[in-house]
Amino acid sequence: MFEALGTALNLLAGLDPKLVEIVLLSLSVSLTAVGLAALFGFPLGAAIAVGRFPGRQTLIVLLNACMGLPPVVVGLVIYLLLSRAGPLGSLGILFTPPAMVIAQTVLILPIIAALSRQAIEDAFREYDEQLRSLGANRVQVALTLLWDTRFSLLTTVLAGFGRAAAEVGAVMIVGGNIDGVTRVMTTTIALETSKGDLPLALGLGIILIAIVIAVNAAAYLTKELAQRRYG
Amino acid sequence: MSNGKLLPLRLEGVSFTAGGRTIIDGIWLEIEAGRSTVILGANGAGKSVLMRLMHGLLSPTSGRVEWSAPEGRPRKQAMVFQRPVMLRRSAHANVAYALKIAGVAKAQRAAQVREALDGVGLAHLARRPARVLSGGEQQRLALARAGALHPEVLFLDEPTASLDPGATREVESAIRAFDAAGTKIVMATHNLGQARRLGDEIVFLDRGRLVERAPVEQFFSKPQSAQAAAFIKGELPWIG
Repeated sequence: MFEALGTALNLLAGLDPKLVEIVLLSLSVSLTAVGLAALFGFPLGAAIAVGRFPGRQTLIVLLNACMGLPPVVVGLVIYLLLSRAGPLGSLGILFTPPAMVIAQTVLILPIIAALSRQAIEDAFREYDEQLRSLGANRVQVALTLLWDTRFSLLTTVLAGFGRAAAEVGAVMIVGGNIDGVTRVMTTTIALETSKGDLPLALGLGIILIAIVIAVNAAAYLTKELAQRRYG
Repeated sequence: MSNGKLLPLRLEGVSFTAGGRTIIDGIWLEIEAGRSTVILGANGAGKSVLMRLMHGLLSPTSGRVEWSAPEGRPRKQAMVFQRPVMLRRSAHANVAYALKIAGVAKAQRAAQVREALDGVGLAHLARRPARVLSGGEQQRLALARAGALHPEVLFLDEPTASLDPGATREVESAIRAFDAAGTKIVMATHNLGQARRLGDEIVFLDRGRLVERAPVEQFFSKPQSAQAAAFIKGELPWIG
């Protein structure tokens, strides 16, 4: 155990190339997925927050429920869509990083949309009369609220990133955990642990946790500073 | 596009009911240009709801609210709330936002914002985030934001109810400046002193009904209704 930890620390200290490659792929897949999910999730959350249409309540319940989508199920569905016989099989991206990005985007889009919907709706209650009084239409209201809740939205992005960086199931199924191509931190940890190669698994585990803590700390500080500055 | 004057504003048998409770009960009222109008009444008399019906934030359950001309765009009537909502941006940007929503071209906004902030004595705080300003400063900023387009009518809903005396004086002098510049002031308050200081005529509400309308001096010296007389003496029971 301690021996494995020692080797793990050596891998970290020596910036082992294999380890660095895995970390960079993980980050690029998860960050791209978070970016895409925010791109679609924010407008979706804002539209549901300020919109009034039939089925809105049902949509909110469904969206909230989708926050807990099991990664393996998302992986399975994306796998079926992208597999050679599937409707998107012609893209030929199964077992590539783009497939992993798609799976993680689908996984965290509901998280970002649902959490931002909540934040924007809370603000909407406060701003509604004032903005209507100034003559803003629904679209202008939605855009205004997106900007005015920007610090809260940072937290939703963070929740999405945490989920993406930590999940194994979806990337394992659609990526295939191919050495040097689609192997990310979580899939490597799962594989190396089952093989009994604990140092690499431990080293990656340490990095994964450090990244999640660092991102959370940065977001917390940003929010605190912003709150103090902008009220 | 409308070049006609909005005023007079006519309320024709306006009622407003919410949750089975009648909040405004059959009000007939004509608001003319010129002299400033104070809507006076106890808490719960329906002042805020009446202001929102006139401003257009609420629609009457029955009756009609009629301007003399189409409201057009940008709106020529604006409202300042008891607790103004400031956007998470600078004081300057808050006023610029209102101008942008109203369709004022970007090139003209900066100068108009400066003029509006100057008018309420906030030019020196233009770059400050609006939400960290004091209550009185925020209320003056709300006045600047509502008045930046020189509206024909300015509705003020208890604009100083949550302010200390110093801030109240500053807000009142900003309101007077709008009055002097020719903007019609329609203000709701339960504060007798403020009604006297800023009002030319009083519209007195009691439990959603218009009980009395009179010039300020006459209202305070010779109230015609028992309710108004009681309110002036401070005897009106608090209505929840």
